[in-house]
Amino acid sequence: MLVLLIAILAVGGLAAWYGERAGPDAPRWIALAAISLVGLLLLPYFGPAVSPTDGAWLSEIYATWIPRFGVGFHLALDGLSLALAVLTVLLGAAAVAASWTEIRDRVGFFHCNLLWTLAGVLGVFLAMDLFLFFVFWEAMIVPMALLIAIWGHEDRTAAAMKFFLFTQLSGLLMLLAMIGLVLLHHRNTGIFTFDYPVLLNAELDGDVARWLMLGFFVAFAVKLPAVPFHTWLPDAHTQAPTGGSVLLAGVLLKTGAYGLLRFVLPLFPEAAAAFAPVAQGLGVASILYGGWLAFGQDDMKRLIAYTSISHMGFVLVGVFAWNEQGIDGAVMTMLAHGISASALFMLAGGLQERIHTRDMRRMGRLWADVPRMGAIALFFSVAALGLPGLGNFVGEFLVLQGGYLVSPVITAIAALGLVVAPVYSLVLMQRVFQGTCLEPHRLSDCGGRELAAFGVLMLATLWLGLYPLPALTVAKWATAPVVELSYSGEDPPP
Amino acid sequence: MQGLLPLIPLCPLLGCLALIFGQGLMPRRAVPWVGAGSVGLAALLTGMVGGQFLGGSLEPVTVTLWTWLRSGELGPDFALYLDALSLSMLFIVTGVGFLIHVYSAGFMADDPGSARFFAYMNLFVAAMLILVLADNLVLLYLGWEGVGLCSYLLIGFWYQEPANGAAARKAFVTTRVGDTALALGLFLLFTELRTLDIQPLMEAALNHWTSGDPTASLAALLLLGGAVGKSAQLPLQTWLPDAMAGPTPISALIHAATMVTAGVYLIARMHSLFELAPDVLLLVAVVGSVTLLMAGFSALTQTDIKRILAYSTISQIGYMFLALGVGAWPAAVFHLMTHAYFKALLFLGAGAVIHSYHHEHDIFRMGGLRQRLPVAFWSFVFGSAALMALPFTSGYYSKHEILLAAYAGRGGAWLWAGGLFGAMLTGLYSARLLFVAFFGRANTHASEQLGLSMKLPLFVLCGLSLLGGFWVIPLASVFGETAVVPHPPDGIGLISTFAPLVGIAIAAAFYWQRLYSSDNLMASSLGQPLYRLWFSGWGFDWLYARAFVEPFKWFARINQRDGIDGVYRGIAALARAGHAQASAAQNGRLRWYVASLVSGAVLVVALGAWW
Repeated sequence: MLVLLIAILAVGGLAAWYGERAGPDAPRWIALAAISLVGLLLLPYFGPAVSPTDGAWLSEIYATWIPRFGVGFHLALDGLSLALAVLTVLLGAAAVAASWTEIRDRVGFFHCNLLWTLAGVLGVFLAMDLFLFFVFWEAMIVPMALLIAIWGHEDRTAAAMKFFLFTQLSGLLMLLAMIGLVLLHHRNTGIFTFDYPVLLNAELDGDVARWLMLGFFVAFAVKLPAVPFHTWLPDAHTQAPTGGSVLLAGVLLKTGAYGLLRFVLPLFPEAAAAFAPVAQGLGVASILYGGWLAFGQDDMKRLIAYTSISHMGFVLVGVFAWNEQGIDGAVMTMLAHGISASALFMLAGGLQERIHTRDMRRMGRLWADVPRMGAIALFFSVAALGLPGLGNFVGEFLVLQGGYLVSPVITAIAALGLVVAPVYSLVLMQRVFQGTCLEPHRLSDCGGRELAAFGVLMLATLWLGLYPLPALTVAKWATAPVVELSYSGEDPPP
Repeated sequence: MQGLLPLIPLCPLLGCLALIFGQGLMPRRAVPWVGAGSVGLAALLTGMVGGQFLGGSLEPVTVTLWTWLRSGELGPDFALYLDALSLSMLFIVTGVGFLIHVYSAGFMADDPGSARFFAYMNLFVAAMLILVLADNLVLLYLGWEGVGLCSYLLIGFWYQEPANGAAARKAFVTTRVGDTALALGLFLLFTELRTLDIQPLMEAALNHWTSGDPTASLAALLLLGGAVGKSAQLPLQTWLPDAMAGPTPISALIHAATMVTAGVYLIARMHSLFELAPDVLLLVAVVGSVTLLMAGFSALTQTDIKRILAYSTISQIGYMFLALGVGAWPAAVFHLMTHAYFKALLFLGAGAVIHSYHHEHDIFRMGGLRQRLPVAFWSFVFGSAALMALPFTSGYYSKHEILLAAYAGRGGAWLWAGGLFGAMLTGLYSARLLFVAFFGRANTHASEQLGLSMKLPLFVLCGLSLLGGFWVIPLASVFGETAVVPHPPDGIGLISTFAPLVGIAIAAAFYWQRLYSSDNLMASSLGQPLYRLWFSGWGFDWLYARAFVEPFKWFARINQRDGIDGVYRGIAALARAGHAQASAAQNGRLRWYVASLVSGAVLVVALGAWW
């Protein structure tokens, strides 16, 4: 069943590639169909029949793969994976919708790469074998880099290269840490295995654990991204086609946060607890530095990219607060930011398609021409600045509450992000949609396809903001044991 | 009653949604009917609920709608809480709100964006109702931020003017500074007391802390931070005068009658916590009195009719803070209520002037409007009388109570003297406005063209400004009977009553009879810098621009390309340079290759020998 989810996307990608012969719209429909099918297959897990005890898998498959090194093909689904898989499906569909008129060149191969990226991401969320995780981790980068390099804008090659190098080098660190972990476990127990549940019980010496933890942490911090590893993101986002930006902001960044929750905390509880103040500090730096840089940008997509850095800083603060509120908040921020940032990138892409620029100095007063786009931008801008009633608020509020329980000082500094957020969000609204404009533009407002895509994302944001209980409950199936770890490891770290 | 209560915020919310999704479908004539009608319905429901509530035992009612979120012990619900305090606010928000909506139907009739206008207005009313009905602090925070958003949207309603956008952003960001303090207060309260439901929280606070506990004081201080932001008190008052960029009905509804008093409501709502922090409470009183004086001086120097009223609003909210600070909770809420009547009346009257007089704001270009704009004139007369607290008007009763309480309170005579001087200032600046704009030589071509929808609310508010002081919701069920103020000597009351008359007399001498010239006063060596200081709002804008805004912008500008990325770019450049060097060496010349081979060999041998 879980294999099927990934296989549908992978095969769908090939089908989309070959389907181009039937006309340019065929790949789009094939991609939509494949994504919808995956969405349908995920639905049963929400049924009332499933009531997992904490920490048990909702679904699991295991097959030996490379027995000599203890590598298994181990996929499993729990609440966290499920929530993120649903996000992946939702934003995958949004990415297809956003590319509908923008991509006219090599449509088949575009959708092939798009679906393969999704397949890789889904694999990352499902893999419970470290080696398999690494394979998916690398597998999602290649088609993503191709999306940027082939269908991107003016500086696409350099941006794709930068993206590739950053993630590749950090991935190498993670691989070294994985191998180190496996070797240590082998020395202690005599068992050679990459299997995640087994390695959870690995006994590690404090000093070694710290280095291994750092290897994982850096890989995920690059992907998140956290200051100071963030600089690939603005370039990648600015140059990527809209669909690529949606995947990047909505899903790929979340793999970093997912990795922190899935690997860094459970595998190295003591080392991670000792490291928590540093990690939270990096989170706070991301929140403020990202927000500050966002304010200074003239390129609309660059601005949104820096806001992503700022928001993912909240995830870092929440995860390393390591209590129920903090981790709940981090998960909510992952979901809500995925949606709101994607929507903003879709808007920026839609505008670029219409007026052929991302430069906000050449925009202004667009509300008069495209009031629907203005209203949608307003909605997601105020979501981004953390307006209560919308999803991002729930995440940030819980993160800060969780942070405050652990460290009031760090949280007070992080809370300054609440002041910076309206500065950049409202400046975006002002420069694009309000005020005056020197260049007259003639452009058409959102059509039915765009309205449908944005409508779904708006409903999801409202739902996460007004009734987040179901999402929190689902995620809690997986995160509750992680939270418990912090209590067991409370005493030792100096 | 339980069933009707949720409908009160729901009505304007549905009105807002209908206006948003009906754009293009709904005929233009229907827009004000939907916009005002939804608030009217809410007012009607408030009347029904209020009648039942006041006819009963005044026991608080809680209605839980749905579970919002659960995370550990943190579990705020969407739950509404009705007691005498929230009912008072309900009456103001829906009642005065409805009148202002009716007025807006006339005021905004020709504006092409009237549907957007009413949608924002309805959203504002819904958010404000959630704020005052919230059963827990997180839901209160939702309403709190919601009204802030609507305030932003409506200040910047005429979005094509960049100055309006700047004023709107300033309002939002400045209040967000306060909101952040409020949020931190929430985090602290939850960390200490493990709940954010207001009533259990108050009980837990009383059980957990004794009076003067530093943690309780810190929590109260953080909440005060939120309150001064929203209510435009020192040091976060700078946004309100600029907020006048919005359409005038907005100034009446949001920036006079309802939203800016949210801070007063918050402190009154959390009064048990503040009573545990007597030092913070004293600070509230000091903030209030300093603000009321500073804003009074600033109001004295303004020439824009709306800015005068804006500074007056800051000053009057200062009175409410003063009342809160001395523990006169009912007096604060009473003044909140009467202020809503007369300040809404004054703003709507100002709107009538601006509407009838080619969008002119400068009172010195008006003059003699008495005959030409009779409705606006009488609105200003009644409104100013109540603002100045002339005997038997509504403002008299509320302000008098505050001054007496201040005299009896902890700050003693100082706070009272501040309030008294402020009352004199109020008389002075109100009478100045009245004399300059409405008396004197008529030099205008204004003609009053007010429809019934604009006149009726003015008439009703005139009545409320005069007689609203006789109708008070008993608040003893909320604040307890202890709030009764001991009676100060008779002379104190008498002095308080006559203070505004002194102000009026001075204004009459300067601006009506023109016995003295204010121009000479302003030109004098002492007067000129003082005038400039007061006119600029005591230089706070200048200070904040230097201290915060400009450094922020400066760093954002010079760091646009991200210094951290510079490191990585440096590495990339280094790699490219190395590549260029290495490929330059590959030049195909045999002599070059032999030379490098030999020199390399020599180097290696030399190294080996030296070792």
